Amino acid sequence: MPSKPAGTLYRGREGMWSWVAHRITGVGIFFFLLVHVLDTALVRVSPEAYNEVIGTYKNPVVGLLEVGLVAAILFHAFNGIRLILVDFWAKGPRYQRQMMIGVGVIWVVLFVPFVIRHLTHVFGG
Amino acid sequence: MSEIAAPRSSSRARSLKGGGRNRSGQTNFELYSWLFMRLSGLALVILVLGHLFVNLMLGGGITALDFGFVAGKWANPLWQVWDLLMLWLAMLHGTNGLRTIINDYAEKDQTRFWLKALLITAALVIVVLGTLVIFTFDPCLDPNSTLSVCK
Repeated sequence: MPSKPAGTLYRGREGMWSWVAHRITGVGIFFFLLVHVLDTALVRVSPEAYNEVIGTYKNPVVGLLEVGLVAAILFHAFNGIRLILVDFWAKGPRYQRQMMIGVGVIWVVLFVPFVIRHLTHVFGG
Repeated sequence: MSEIAAPRSSSRARSLKGGGRNRSGQTNFELYSWLFMRLSGLALVILVLGHLFVNLMLGGGITALDFGFVAGKWANPLWQVWDLLMLWLAMLHGTNGLRTIINDYAEKDQTRFWLKALLITAALVIVVLGTLVIFTFDPCLDPNSTLSVCK
């Protein structure tokens, strides 16, 4: 039987929560990728089969899921760069918190225009 | 790199050593895997954000996606190489990430083994399928195609 761990290594704050979010977004993106390769593979079956399945991506509910997917990808991408800087830049560990704020700023700057444009497409503006 | 005076791994871990291992009794696999995550991650930022920008932001975005859109893109070798690189790097990056997560949370050896077997099988199927699709794609499968290669 797995024994109960003595104490915890989880420290909370930016460090732990960015790590947790990196994992969750990573797993989510991975499973989407599996499905996305399968749906794209339908171009080898017939144009009709591909168009029909890609049509589900244009449905408003799925359109909102895509917003979530892009939100996850943007976080994972820029938190990943923060992680690289923490590992390879001598001052990275000292500025990890400031870089977390930077990730948030870049995320908002890219996410907001995307949401406006994408939802305009999905809801036919 | 400087040497550690007293090895951190136990003598039991060292006694398990086989071929291709360093003095501490481990291979460098985890080091290369760690490095690969950072290098592939950097490339994927460009590949994936470029993919999202071209497919979802330009033109009609999601509403413009159909067989003709894919055919038009893959008529250009740049997008074939782009998508191939993205497929391979993203699948290796994601599979390695899930491997780490399985190692962290699955405690029984049997559970770990079967989860990883499932993971690697799924990854192989997806990578092989995706690669074949990119290389064997026929843009003229649509009889009404207006692409110049189909005339």
